[in-house]
Amino acid sequence: MYDLRWEYITNHFDWFIDGLLLGLKMAVIALAIGSVIGLVCAFIRASGKRWASLPVTIYVEIIRNVPLLLIVFLLYFGLPQAFAPRSAAHEWTLRLLPDAERTFIVALAIYAGAYLTEIFTAGILSVGRRYLDAGRSLGLSRLALARYITTPIMLRAVLPSLSNTFISLFKDTSIAVAIATPELTMAARKVSTNYFRVIEAWTTAGALYLVTSYAIAISLRMVERRIKWSA
Amino acid sequence: MTSTTAGRSSDTDRAMVKIAGVHKFFGDLHVLRGVDLDIATGEVVCVIGPSGSGKTTLLRCINFLETYQQGRIYVDGKLVGYREVRGHLKPARERDIARVRAETAMVFQSFNLFPHMTALKNVTFGPMKVLREPKADVERRGRELLDRVGLADKADAYPAQLSGGQQQRVAIARAVAMNPKVMLFDEVTSALDPELVGEVLAAMKRLAETHGVTMIVVTHEMTFARDVADRVVFMDQGVVVEQGPPDEVFTSPKSDRLRTFLARFSGSHAAIPVDTVATT
Amino acid sequence: MQVVLDNADLMWIGLKLTLKLSIVIIALSTLVGTFVGIGLVYGNWLVRSVLRLYVDIIRGIPLLVLIFLIFYGLPALHVSILGHPVNTNIARFETATLAFTLFAAAHVGEIVRGALAAVPAGQTDAAKAIGLTFWPRLRHVLLPQSMPVILPPWTNTAAELVKGTSLVTLVSMSDLMFATRKIAERTGEVVPLYAAAAVVYFVICFSISRAGVWVSGRYRYGVAR
Repeated sequence: MYDLRWEYITNHFDWFIDGLLLGLKMAVIALAIGSVIGLVCAFIRASGKRWASLPVTIYVEIIRNVPLLLIVFLLYFGLPQAFAPRSAAHEWTLRLLPDAERTFIVALAIYAGAYLTEIFTAGILSVGRRYLDAGRSLGLSRLALARYITTPIMLRAVLPSLSNTFISLFKDTSIAVAIATPELTMAARKVSTNYFRVIEAWTTAGALYLVTSYAIAISLRMVERRIKWSA
Repeated sequence: MTSTTAGRSSDTDRAMVKIAGVHKFFGDLHVLRGVDLDIATGEVVCVIGPSGSGKTTLLRCINFLETYQQGRIYVDGKLVGYREVRGHLKPARERDIARVRAETAMVFQSFNLFPHMTALKNVTFGPMKVLREPKADVERRGRELLDRVGLADKADAYPAQLSGGQQQRVAIARAVAMNPKVMLFDEVTSALDPELVGEVLAAMKRLAETHGVTMIVVTHEMTFARDVADRVVFMDQGVVVEQGPPDEVFTSPKSDRLRTFLARFSGSHAAIPVDTVATT
Repeated sequence: MQVVLDNADLMWIGLKLTLKLSIVIIALSTLVGTFVGIGLVYGNWLVRSVLRLYVDIIRGIPLLVLIFLIFYGLPALHVSILGHPVNTNIARFETATLAFTLFAAAHVGEIVRGALAAVPAGQTDAAKAIGLTFWPRLRHVLLPQSMPVILPPWTNTAAELVKGTSLVTLVSMSDLMFATRKIAERTGEVVPLYAAAAVVYFVICFSISRAGVWVSGRYRYGVAR
């Protein structure tokens, strides 16, 4: 049978922890960038202007119906090729996305943006008319209305969905292994391929993802409860 | 009354429904505290009482939608919900429970029509699937029954398209379609708007008069009870306090509890005026 | 664009695997997931605890980790599927099916659980009252009523599964993504090829979503729009 040798894990536990932290970092940044994208797109959609919301819809529908892996590959392999070598755009691309980690974050952010657009759109539509009416009667401009009234109210409403999205994004960082980013999954793969300790490696990775997901879920739920005020 | 291990009552002149010494607990709550009641074949019995008296719970024990911890309930001689093993109650097999349930029929306060079936399908489903009767017969009978409750034109409507009173009448048709030996009515008009109550009570009255089926009706409609019941049973705090013909019970209640209860319904007098149920 | 047409036959082979895998996984996980959901609602304490543990663990780990665990872990334990050692060329498809079904059944199970728990208790009462036993109750009364609640998230899961099949390229299975990548490496034409693959995935997933909306519309039961 297979006898378990956990030393291989404990000796390289730093790989796992560093990978875990990198995964969290990537998820946070992707969520942040994705939220900006999502907010802007959601407000564009809510504005009702056809010519502006059409590109948003196209963006959302395409990204949501295409695998994340494909977006990652497209960005990682395709972007260096997209512009003529030594052109300004090319240099700019290399400067912005020098390595796998950055590229993956951008891919994940684009992916997140599509899902967050949907979440924020629903959130905006759920903001009660009375708050908007109150704001308008105070004379607030559309931008001020969006900034001071709609967004804060909407954010509290979508907090549970945001939590779920963040956890999903964290799990999706496992895909970064495809372009050799030193994330948790990559750490497990290293131990698995170098030392043939497959069971130990992958159960450790699984356990770390599991525990972290739960920890995030519980802490976010506590944050939700703190922030909650009666609607 | 002797009970064999097969769970049958051997009394030759037996009641259709026999309830003997039944106790029921919801956790620590002692809801039924020793109920004894016999109901004869073809009898129409109305059960009245304040909320919390256990009347709905008792009704739901008869077709074993609720379990009971002590005592015995027999429907047409068959023990409900349990097998008798050396004097103790052991849970019966699902199949046997289902069989007893197929011989009783229940109409619920919240109608509980199957929303994904048309009115006709609701009525014919039980006879076809449970009683295994042939489709053509069942459908013909189903339409007849819907006609009898005044809903012949709604046979292909879904419950969502029917009013509360119409849904409840379909529910009655669904219950009758099973050719039950006992029909159980659980406060069937309590959830209806007042103007719809009359049509349902009228359907029930027709049922009581023409069908000859045993009916046990838990209700708050005192005029209906006075008008239609053969016997009125008053329950309070988990026991049967008083029972008798409607005239007796309503005009000369013997117990204080019944007097207090009746007083709530007619202001100063303890009696319920005679009134006929409006028919549509 | 020309490069896509030149290699269309290779991409088609990859697509066939993607489609076959997707269909098998969706069907199998729906079946298993339904029983998981039923067990979570109606099972006894032991059944519910085991299933709860299963669902919670699966939902806490990434699909890719589960794939690697099964693809590399099972051979190490000398587990075989249908008589073949796991992860040999013969049993790749079955191994993938196992991994994806294990993953998806948990998600479907959670969906079914939520939907069944939302059916009003009175429906179970009415079904019992006419003499239906447990499985007929589920089949004729409870499950049909939970369909409208199950369909939207299930359609979502199905689309996610199709996208998820792209991960098998990382265990060297020759699906559409694998084919696209190989051709791109060989020809150096990245964007047109991946764009073409994107179109294919889009068409499949979008169709699933649309189909879901259409089927949902048929479960209206006379409710006015």
